[in-house]
Amino acid sequence: MSDASPVPSEVAPPRVGAPVRVQGPEERHGTLKGLSRPGRRSFSLPELDVPETALPADQTRQGRAGLPEVAERDLVSHFTRLSQLNYGVDTGFYPLGSCSMKYNPKVAENVAQLAGFQRAHPHQPDHSVQGSLELMWRLERALCEITGMARATLQPPAGACGELTGLLIMRAHHEKQGRQRRKVAIPDSSHGTNPASVRLAGYEALKIPSDARGLVDVSALEKLVDEDVAGLMLTNPNTLGLFEEEIERVSAVVHEVGGLVYYDGANLNAILGRCRPGDMGFDIVHINTHKTFATPHGGGGPGAGPVGVIERLVPFLPVPRVERREDGSFALEHEAPDSIGRMHGFLGNFGVLVRAYAYVFLHGGDGLREVAERSVLNANYLAERVKDAFPLAYADGRPMHEFVATARPLKERTGIRAMDVAKRVIDLGYHPSTVYFPLVVEEALMVEPTETETMESLDAFAEAMLQAHREAQEDPQLLHEAPVTTPVRRLHEAHAARHLILRW
Amino acid sequence: MRFAPHTDDDVARMLGAIGLSSIDQLFEQIPEAVRLDRPLDLPDGVSEMEILGDMKDLAARNRSAEDLACFAGAGAYDHFVPAVVWALAGRSEFYTSYTPYQPELSQGVLQALFEYQSMICELTGLEVSNASLYDGATALAEAVNLARSSHGRHRVLVSSSVDRRYVDTLRTYGRGAGYVPELFDTVDGRGGDPQVGEDVACVIVQHPNAYGLLEPARELFGAAHAGGARAIQVFDPLSLGVLSPPGDLRADIAVAEGQVLGNHLNHGGPYLGVIATRLDDVRRLPGRIVGETVDVDGRIGYVLTLQAREQHIRREKATSNICTNQTLMAIAATVYMGWLGPQGLEELGRQCASKAAYAAERLTEVPGVEPLFGDAPFFKEFPLRLPRPAEQVRDALMERGYLAGVPLPDADGHALLVAVTERRTREQIDGLAMAMKEVLA
Repeated sequence: MSDASPVPSEVAPPRVGAPVRVQGPEERHGTLKGLSRPGRRSFSLPELDVPETALPADQTRQGRAGLPEVAERDLVSHFTRLSQLNYGVDTGFYPLGSCSMKYNPKVAENVAQLAGFQRAHPHQPDHSVQGSLELMWRLERALCEITGMARATLQPPAGACGELTGLLIMRAHHEKQGRQRRKVAIPDSSHGTNPASVRLAGYEALKIPSDARGLVDVSALEKLVDEDVAGLMLTNPNTLGLFEEEIERVSAVVHEVGGLVYYDGANLNAILGRCRPGDMGFDIVHINTHKTFATPHGGGGPGAGPVGVIERLVPFLPVPRVERREDGSFALEHEAPDSIGRMHGFLGNFGVLVRAYAYVFLHGGDGLREVAERSVLNANYLAERVKDAFPLAYADGRPMHEFVATARPLKERTGIRAMDVAKRVIDLGYHPSTVYFPLVVEEALMVEPTETETMESLDAFAEAMLQAHREAQEDPQLLHEAPVTTPVRRLHEAHAARHLILRW
Repeated sequence: MRFAPHTDDDVARMLGAIGLSSIDQLFEQIPEAVRLDRPLDLPDGVSEMEILGDMKDLAARNRSAEDLACFAGAGAYDHFVPAVVWALAGRSEFYTSYTPYQPELSQGVLQALFEYQSMICELTGLEVSNASLYDGATALAEAVNLARSSHGRHRVLVSSSVDRRYVDTLRTYGRGAGYVPELFDTVDGRGGDPQVGEDVACVIVQHPNAYGLLEPARELFGAAHAGGARAIQVFDPLSLGVLSPPGDLRADIAVAEGQVLGNHLNHGGPYLGVIATRLDDVRRLPGRIVGETVDVDGRIGYVLTLQAREQHIRREKATSNICTNQTLMAIAATVYMGWLGPQGLEELGRQCASKAAYAAERLTEVPGVEPLFGDAPFFKEFPLRLPRPAEQVRDALMERGYLAGVPLPDADGHALLVAVTERRTREQIDGLAMAMKEVLA
C-alpha cells in the first residue's frame, strides 16, 4: 500500500537551500487561483426575499475570503483537465496490492443518488426513514452471515476507524472482566494502521515474527503472549497473500490467556463464501467495503469499515444501533449501558453502505463465492506468468487473492529497484502494483489483480512486467528515467518535505 | 449479476497454466475444519433491474428534503448543491482511483487536494490544512489528540454548548487516549467561564454553537491562552463569508463538518472532516497532506508529503491511524468553493442569516412560541421553546410537509432547533409559521 521510496540519490533536487515557506508564488499557473480575475463568478442565488438583517458588528468578517473568482465554464474545464491527469479503475488495470481495486458497478452509483437516500436528513425521526434503517439492518445481517459474527456496527467510516472501534470493544470487554491488559499482538507483516490503532486504543503493540513460510510463528506467539495481552490482530489471508494454515492454533493460543482475536478484513475478498472469520476463532472483524464490496475509493476515500462481533461482545458495540421491533418496524437504539459510545457524528458513511448493499445483493451468496474463486484464480495465474522474473517472496505457500513478489534478484544483478519497475510499468500503460509493502519483504511488489480482470488483461500486464525485467538488463536507462509518458515525471518527495508548500 | 468476466474455457486454461485441475485446489491450504461446508445463507444474486427495483422501494420508504421543506440542521444542512459540483467530482477518473501512492498517475486528485487545502486556509485564516478527515465529530477528536500531544497537559475542557454528538465522540476516543472530556457551563446557551488550570490541554468552543448562537469566542479563546491551553474552534464553513474567521478569533485549531461545502445530506454520511491549524503544528497534524514540489525536469507537481507522520511509515508512533479519508468529498468541496467564490460566500451567509432572522420573527409570533434564550444573536439556526413537546410538534408538522427542526432535550423536551438555509423561501417560512400555529392551536 505504501510508496515510501526516496527520490533516487543521483538526481539532486533543485532549489536546495530555498527558505521554508507555506505559501506558493503569487502567480499560480494551472491552478484555480491562476484563473481568478476580480469580478468573475460562477454562483447564482435568487434575490433575497426577506428583509436583510445585520449580524453584530464585532462578529463580522473584515474583508472577503481569498477564494478564487472564476466563471463556471473555466471551473468545468479546470476540473475536467485535472480528472484527465488521474488514473482510476475505469481508466484501466489497477493491481494495487492490498487495495482490491476491482470494477465499481455503475448501478451502485445510481442507487446512492436516489433522492430518498441522498436527501434524507440524519436527524429525521425513525418513522420517516424506514427505508434507510431496513437497508442498514439487512446489510448488517448479510455481513454477519459472510463473516460468521453475531451483530455488527456500520458506523466506522473507514477500515482504520473500524480497527479502533474493534480495539475499544476489546478494551471495554477486559474492563468488564475486571482487569485491563496492556498489549496487543501484531504480526510484523501487518498494515501500519494496526499498530497505530493499537496505540490510539491505549495499548502497546507487541510484534510477532513471521516464520520461514511467511506465516505467524506460532511457537514464538506462544512464548510472547501472556495474561497482559488483550488480543491479537491478524489479516487472513495475511499481508503476504498467504492463508494462515494454523489459524485454529493461533486463535486457541490467544484465547487460552483470555485474549480476543481480531480479524483485519483487508483481505476478506479471498475467502468470501469459502470460509468465515467466525469459524476460524475470530471474535471481532472489520470489513473494508471499499475493498471487498467495490464501493469506489474516491481517490483516497470515502470508505466504510463495519465491525462485527461474536455474541458475548454485542453489548459493547457502538450506539446508535439499528434494531428491528416486534411489529417489523426499525428503530435506532441510542442507549446501551456497556456500549463504547459513538465513533462517528451520525450513522457512518451511509451513502457508501448503500453501494455496498447493492454489491452484496447483486451477487448473492453464490456470486460472492465466485468473487473469491476468480480473484484467487487471477492472482495465481498472474503469479505464474511473472514468477521467473520476479520470484515470490515466500515460494512455499500458494498465494490467495494477491501475491508478493520481489525485485531483489533484479536489483542485485542490475541495480534496478522495485520502484523503477513500477515506474516503467506506468510508461507501458498500467497502474503498477504496490511497492515496498509489506515491510518484511525486500524490494516487494505486491500484486492484486482482482476478479474483474480478463485473462487477456492479465497476460498484457504480465508482458509489461516481463518487458520491464528484460529492459532492466538491456537498457536500464529506460527504467531509471521512467515514467516519461505522464504529465509529470518522478517527483522530488524529499524536496517537498523540506520546502513545505502546502497552499497557494 | 456478476462482474468476473471468465468464460468456462478461460477458467480451464488458467487452471491448466497453474498446473491445477479444479478451483477447489486453489483453496486447499484452508484447513478443512474451518471451511464453510454450506452455501452462504443469503438470497440468490439478482439482475441490475431487480436490485434497482428493490432499492427504489427502500428509498421510497424514506421521506427526505426532496418532499419536505427542510428546517432541520444540528450539524447537517440542506444547502443547495449546484450541478457543477458532482458533474466534476463525480468523474470516474477521480472516484475510481485509490489514494495517490503513484503521484505521476494521480496529479488530478493531488492538485485538487492542494487547492482544497489552500481554500480551507483562505476561509479560516489559519496556516495549514490537511487533505480531509472523516467528519466534523472525528475531526474534533483528532484535534484534541493534536492539542494534547503538543504539550504535556492532559485535560480537555468543552463548552456545554458544543454539539452533544461531538462530545460523545470525544468520550469514545478518550477511552483509548486516556482523557474524559469535561464540560463547562454556559449562561443562557453561550459563553461561560472555563477554569483553565495548568493541566488543561485545550478549550473547545463551537461558534456558531450547537444552539446556532454566536459565542463570545475571542474572550473564551483569550481565557484558554491566558491559562496556557490551546483554543479549538468548531466552526461552520458557510458562516465565514459573514462571520470572523477562526484565525482572526485567535483559535489555534479549527475543525468543521464540511458537509455544507457541496455535499448532499446522504442520511449522515459520507461527510467531510475539516481541520486547519497553525504552522507550528504541521508535523503533528493527522492524515494526508499534499505538498507542491518539482519533478526531475523542474516542472511543478504535487505529492503526499510529511509522510513520516503517518501510520504506513511510523506505525505505532504515527500522529493518527487514519489512512482512508474523505478525499472525494474534499474534491466536491473544492469545486463548490470555486463555484461560490468570495462574493458567493458572502451573499450565501447574508441570505442564511437574514432568512433565519425572518423565520425567528415569524415563528415567535405564534402564540406560546418563544426564543429559548432571549435575544441571543445567532447565524442560521436558533432554538425555540414550544408550548408542547417538540417531537409531537415536529411529527404533526411533517404531515403538513415540513421538517420543522430538530428537537432538543432542553426545556423538558419542549425545545426545537430551527435551521434556515438559502434554499428556504419566504413562502416556506410563512407556511411553516402558519402550520405551527395550526398545530399548536
